[in-house]
Amino acid sequence: MMTGDAVNRVLAAYQAIADEARARREQFEKSPLPKIHIGMATCGIASGALETQAAFEAALADRGIEALIHTVGCVGHCYAEPVVIIDHPDSGFPPIFYPEVTPGKAKMLVKLFLEEGDPRFEHVMGATVENEMIPSVMEFARFNREKRVIMERCGRIDPDQIHEYIAEGGYGALTTALCRKPETVIDEIEAAGLRGRGGAGFPTARKWRAARAASGSDKMIVCNADEGDPGAYMDRTLLESNPHQVIEGMIIAALAVGAARGLFYVRAEYPLAVRILTTAVEQARELGFLGTDILGSGLDFDIDLFQGSGAFVCGEETALIRSVEGYRGMPRHRPPYPVEQGIDGRPTVINNVKTLATIPPIVEKGADWFRAIGTAGSPGTAVFSVVGNVTHPGLVEIPMGVTLRDLIFDICGGIPDKKRFKAVQIGGPSGGCLSADFLDTPVDFDALTRAGAMMGSGGMVVMDEDVCMVDVSRYFLDFTQKESCGKCTFCRIGTRHLLDILRRLTRGEGREGDLEQLETLSRAVKQGSLCGLGKTAPNPVLTSLAYFRDEYEAHFKEGRCPSCACRALTAFFIDLDKCARGCDACVGCCPVEAVFTTSNRKKGIDQQLCVKCGECVVACPPDYDAVEKVSPAALVPIIERPPEKNKAES
Amino acid sequence: MITLTVDDRTIQAPDGSSVLSACLSAGIIIPHLCWMETDSPAGAPAACRLCLVEIDGFRDPVTACTVPVENGMTVYTGTEVVRSLQKMAFKLLLSVHRVDCKHCPANKACALQDIAKFLGVGLGCKPFERVLKEPEVDTHHPVFDYYPNRCVLCGLCVRICRQRHRQPQLSFAGRGFETVVGYFDADPLAAANCVSCRECLAVCPTGALVERTAFEGSTRGNS
Repeated sequence: MMTGDAVNRVLAAYQAIADEARARREQFEKSPLPKIHIGMATCGIASGALETQAAFEAALADRGIEALIHTVGCVGHCYAEPVVIIDHPDSGFPPIFYPEVTPGKAKMLVKLFLEEGDPRFEHVMGATVENEMIPSVMEFARFNREKRVIMERCGRIDPDQIHEYIAEGGYGALTTALCRKPETVIDEIEAAGLRGRGGAGFPTARKWRAARAASGSDKMIVCNADEGDPGAYMDRTLLESNPHQVIEGMIIAALAVGAARGLFYVRAEYPLAVRILTTAVEQARELGFLGTDILGSGLDFDIDLFQGSGAFVCGEETALIRSVEGYRGMPRHRPPYPVEQGIDGRPTVINNVKTLATIPPIVEKGADWFRAIGTAGSPGTAVFSVVGNVTHPGLVEIPMGVTLRDLIFDICGGIPDKKRFKAVQIGGPSGGCLSADFLDTPVDFDALTRAGAMMGSGGMVVMDEDVCMVDVSRYFLDFTQKESCGKCTFCRIGTRHLLDILRRLTRGEGREGDLEQLETLSRAVKQGSLCGLGKTAPNPVLTSLAYFRDEYEAHFKEGRCPSCACRALTAFFIDLDKCARGCDACVGCCPVEAVFTTSNRKKGIDQQLCVKCGECVVACPPDYDAVEKVSPAALVPIIERPPEKNKAES
Repeated sequence: MITLTVDDRTIQAPDGSSVLSACLSAGIIIPHLCWMETDSPAGAPAACRLCLVEIDGFRDPVTACTVPVENGMTVYTGTEVVRSLQKMAFKLLLSVHRVDCKHCPANKACALQDIAKFLGVGLGCKPFERVLKEPEVDTHHPVFDYYPNRCVLCGLCVRICRQRHRQPQLSFAGRGFETVVGYFDADPLAAANCVSCRECLAVCPTGALVERTAFEGSTRGNS
């Protein structure tokens, strides 16, 4: 608790910084020039945002138009990348959201919209604000069903410009926290009911309180950004789009527990996040939010960055600690918990990126506001990266308690290509596969755990009817088996045997008792393993066995893959009733020349040569759609290859 | 001293010791591979997962090496759940073990043989298939040959080396199923710092580390 003088000093210091930031932001916003906001996180860049930016710059220079290019983070709409928002005040139109802006489209927009004032309605997704000219994007469920707490500023501000964050009220929560007692801050977080967003949902306030009570002076805060689940990229996007909210949360955490040092543990596979974070920390330090005597409060705190070398298990907190200490990243038994004995024996609080990003809004708006979002047991929002067979994949932030059905079908647009929904995999390799029966499960920590999956850190893979659940389990076990640290017996050897059984099943070589063994061994690995990785590794197997047992039995008893996904159990053939005479589309694409011409100039597939790559399915024109799959492979209709002499004659 | 009940016996142990060490001192056998007498409950690696016991107040079986003794604690070392998990862990270990006791220098002094006898199981690994590593023997180290298919990865050699010499010459290498005991990329030059104290050979509970001259058959795999 600071004296009145100190409080005034802190408030004045922040006020000065905030005033300057707001003035700079206002100057930008009030500018009459058109503004082009381009989404520039890894996802945008991967879809060509850099080329789009270059195209805008070139086109503007060519036509001698002045405009401000504003690189922002990710808005979360991955299906629409590269995303560009053009604000052209002179045209009379509101700011417009353009999806999939290729370099060509960029040039066209410069000419037609910026120069001639025609916004090209056919390319518009919507306006970003309510108006009378263009329907707003807020009319889409993908926008209006979201509730943004963590990602509120993502895609609106330039992550490299600290003043843009401050102009939106950033670091205000830190100022509030500085003027309060540390206990009051923890009380607020406790009243808010915040649970850790890394997956397990442990109450954040309880962790902080334990660390505050722990003896030892040199306490540490670690932000766990070692995101490794296949298909999950919430933490990366957040760090790339709004690093300051995470940094601010970390400083507040440090004040609350009395830590003097902080550490970002970021995967080296996230080079852009590392770069942006490094810049952000430097900027925060320059303005006095980090370093000695933060904003004149007399408190010291600084942040370092540590790049993890890509072992999945290092996301487990005890392995993370070993890795930071310079040892091989192997988990150890808990207790002692890191809040008692962490890095080099210091009390260490390890929080996920999203947990820390939730702190500033709670401090700013209060526990009651936070409690009003989400469910009683799991207040707040959840950020999911929804990927797989879904129409509008991307990052979605929803209030806890929204059902899976709403999330997948309403918000994310359902399953494309008129296919049926089969399963959703939540929580990455530690989570489970839930069937359609669970679509009405609300998304919160407890409900998902009851269903056999888990919240996880936010990876969600939606699967349609063409996905084989045995193969999915095999995929996840292959992942955990490779990423096991090799320390404990159950995880090291047990997962390998699980994988071997699943491999056998997908090849149709299942043996008597394999399913029972899968189940017993899974339970043993779950019960006997040392750390969270091993304890949760069998979840994909156990849940898919429980909800999709018929698929396992089909593989095992009949050598049949119901989804025709397991190559060894599937054969491709051409339906002669559908195949068009004289069409050669599939012949050219076959990499092994397995497609031959039948005596009546239709096509057949030589099963001996076919490698089941599926290229012919893609090549066959949709009007014919003649390539079919069948499982078990033995059921394939036999189409005779005409004698070789035909070939010689032609 | 702390007083606790183990399988209807009342035993005493010094404060701060683990359930495992308390039981072993009292003559109660709990199978284990990776525990060292000097290990505190907080420092035990708990890697082999064999010393599982059930304790009143814990929902699941716990490793006896990591739980400190408490007054009035009730421990069960031989319940059905415990035994079935132990047998499973043991079978898993055997499923990656070259069972060729006749030609193994650890024959009759092997921890695996003792555990098999104690648990009343053989050295088979059914229903699991035996999966062995290649090559059978690594002969790059100047002092010993390493047999990955005999190794149970208890880590005793790695830890004793770290304890004895500030710059340890042994470590784990590889990930997951491919984990082995290694010495810095199996580089003979890196291993040349080994001072041949032979502590690692002494602690190995199986015949995974074999001094090159000590056993006739040790270089067999090389030829």
